[in-house]
Amino acid sequence: MDESNGVLLKLTNISKSFSGVPVLKNVDLDIRPGEVHVLLGENGAGKSTLIKIITGAYTKDKGEMYWEGKPVEIAGPSDAMRLGIATIYQELNLVQEMTVYENMFLGREIKRSKYSFLDRKEMKRRSAELLKTLGQDISPEAKISSLGIGKQQLVEIAKALTLDTRLIIMDEPTSSLSASETEQLLSTVLELKKRGIAIIYISHRLEELLRIGDRITILRDGAKIATLNARETNTDEMVRLMVGRTLEDKYPKEQFTRGAEGLRVEKLRLKGSSKEISFTAYQGEILGISGLVGAGRTELARAIFGVDPIDSGKIYVFGRETTIRSPQDAIRAGLAFITEDRKGEGLILDQTLDFNMTIANLKNFRKGPFLMLSRLKDVSVDFISKLQVRPNDVKKHARKLSGGNQQKVVIAKWLCTQAKVFIFDEPTRGIDVGAKVEVYRLINSLVAEGAVVIIISSELPEILGICDRILVMHEGEITADLPRSEANQEVIMKAATGGV
Amino acid sequence: MSEIITTEKKTKSVVGRLPREFMSRFGALIGLLLLCAVLSVLSDNFLTVDNLMNVARQSTVNALLAIGMLLPILTAGIDLSVGSVLAISVMTMGIVTVNHGMHPLLGLATCLAVGALCGWINGILLTKLRLPHPFISTLGMMNVARGIALIVTGAAPIFGFPKMIQFLGTENIGPVPVSFVLVIVVYILFHLFLTRTATGRYIYAIGGNKEAARLSGINVDRVLIIVYTLSGLMAGLAGIVMVGRVNSAFPLAGQGYELDAIAAVIIGGASFFGGVGTVWGTLIGALIIAVLRNGLNLLNVTADLQMAFIGLVIIAAVFVDVLRQRSIQK
Repeated sequence: MDESNGVLLKLTNISKSFSGVPVLKNVDLDIRPGEVHVLLGENGAGKSTLIKIITGAYTKDKGEMYWEGKPVEIAGPSDAMRLGIATIYQELNLVQEMTVYENMFLGREIKRSKYSFLDRKEMKRRSAELLKTLGQDISPEAKISSLGIGKQQLVEIAKALTLDTRLIIMDEPTSSLSASETEQLLSTVLELKKRGIAIIYISHRLEELLRIGDRITILRDGAKIATLNARETNTDEMVRLMVGRTLEDKYPKEQFTRGAEGLRVEKLRLKGSSKEISFTAYQGEILGISGLVGAGRTELARAIFGVDPIDSGKIYVFGRETTIRSPQDAIRAGLAFITEDRKGEGLILDQTLDFNMTIANLKNFRKGPFLMLSRLKDVSVDFISKLQVRPNDVKKHARKLSGGNQQKVVIAKWLCTQAKVFIFDEPTRGIDVGAKVEVYRLINSLVAEGAVVIIISSELPEILGICDRILVMHEGEITADLPRSEANQEVIMKAATGGV
Repeated sequence: MSEIITTEKKTKSVVGRLPREFMSRFGALIGLLLLCAVLSVLSDNFLTVDNLMNVARQSTVNALLAIGMLLPILTAGIDLSVGSVLAISVMTMGIVTVNHGMHPLLGLATCLAVGALCGWINGILLTKLRLPHPFISTLGMMNVARGIALIVTGAAPIFGFPKMIQFLGTENIGPVPVSFVLVIVVYILFHLFLTRTATGRYIYAIGGNKEAARLSGINVDRVLIIVYTLSGLMAGLAGIVMVGRVNSAFPLAGQGYELDAIAAVIIGGASFFGGVGTVWGTLIGALIIAVLRNGLNLLNVTADLQMAFIGLVIIAAVFVDVLRQRSIQK
């Protein structure tokens, strides 16, 4: 096998900047047929930019690409498709109201001749065959919306195989899958590998990567740090290379002493659920809620905050029973809910920072029928300097800020309502390492000032790194209540998967 | 050293940003002025006080409907019923004052109240019955209101309104029509409402991101009901002005007016996706339509061609906006 046969896709010296900020610096990468090549790096390390250059969504500023030894330009998604590159994104590209086979042949339906009707029989037959070779018993006639997220993903993979696909890129494919769905996906990946298809695999789950990966390329701050052989490395090495610093720097934990009861939830039953949830959060401690995606953590937070209805149960805020039927009630009671979806639920992106920071508490800025616009601006300027929001311009639109700064604006919104109980849902999702530390410090200062803080997080290192006590949820129930000293990854995972 | 670099950067970006911000803020105004300039060259009769006052008078009904329409569009909604609501409001006013000879003030109040009531029902249909989109609830209201306007009057027009009711539509202060003064007053009030009150901000917040607004403790349903009620109220007010101008109320009044109102709002730079749009933009949008109609009349362009022309202007205005959005996102 000579060099050009051994490598399917080769990238050399790839660089890319956005408005002067370099996000990729001279990155080299080579992908071989039949290998699972893992891309690993913190959020903001440049993984998705690299992927987007390979799929033609972005154009590189500098560097060369070779496909089977020949130089290629990938200027758009159609170029990538022609070469045989398929991408499975976190958000699936399937038409929910159509069937499996219709989706698999969407845009390139089979007809008997150019002007005849669709050959449904043939499409169904080929879909069924493909799904079977992947070891799946999914009916080609099932509607996509009737399938679970794991099965949908497999349909998407099968769809890629209807073309002459040589390289499949998977961007965090298991992040929203259950344990058994994950197993299924991983075995499918191995099956693809057997067929000689190359796979670029992005995931943060290190154990999973070691199991299926052949080689692991680690990116940090836009530069390639190393390419490791999966058989010759371990999680410690990967983390060290990925972070470039120790865990202590990543999680600035402060010691507090537990104070008075802050939020007590008693026998809360979400609408339509038979499970009762009870727990208490205190001042002077950070309470973490861990669990797998779909365990009901966000649903619990939404119910407490009055977004979704409850069937029964009581909520006490600083010892006082409080009826919460809407977010208005919750805010009045001193609650704040920093949602996981900043852009979708937290911010009004096309409004200014002062607009966003004060929107939840405009009644405090009222004088007669009118708002005191200058006071509103002054308060926002204060928050911007206190939370070190960049850029420090109240008239900037929220859309223009980075993820970390957007998160600070959301936090400022709740500081503005003088909230006393903060529920954070995935507070550092999509934020780069430096900004994460800032968010943790902010959370620490909230606790120091007497606030009650609850953090929902899927990232175990985060939960273990900053929380004082950890609740674990599984299928809508709390299955463990652990002080930090008794918690570790294994204990939490056991409780999160229902094993006792 | 680093300070110098940052100042340099700042000046550069401000300069780069200026034309873009300028265009987004004054683009419609520049369009209006250009249009006026072209028409003054093409027609000697355009740039006269008489004619300009004529344009002002002709713009008023649409301007009032458009400012009402701005609110639903700001919340990413729409109110298709304003033309029909105008009709049902003026027919009720006719029945009260002409057919039953009651006091004109009572008639005016009834007209506004019927308009507001129809709008309130639109709001209730949307928020409490949870109809999926205001396109549907107001499409229903559009037909129901028109139907009722026809039934209660036996499809016959009503003539001979008292002077007091005609005042808004006919009188002038100096050369300026009272109706146009009314428009300016109403626009100032809406401007204060949208930019200086909490509810005004809530309207932008809901249009910008409904979920975020709800989670920020905004009573979304209440705000939407206010929005549609005000839109209906403006339809009633536009009806009063219209009755004054033509000295009659007829059940097919205002047919298709909702489309001109929507056009004015969109030409004025509001986004159909909600959250973006201003009162003054809407005024300019309404004026552009009025100037265009007037100018084309002066140039003896037939009504059919006028329609096609206004259609092109709408498409062009929105296309410019799309280009602008794209350049911002880059």
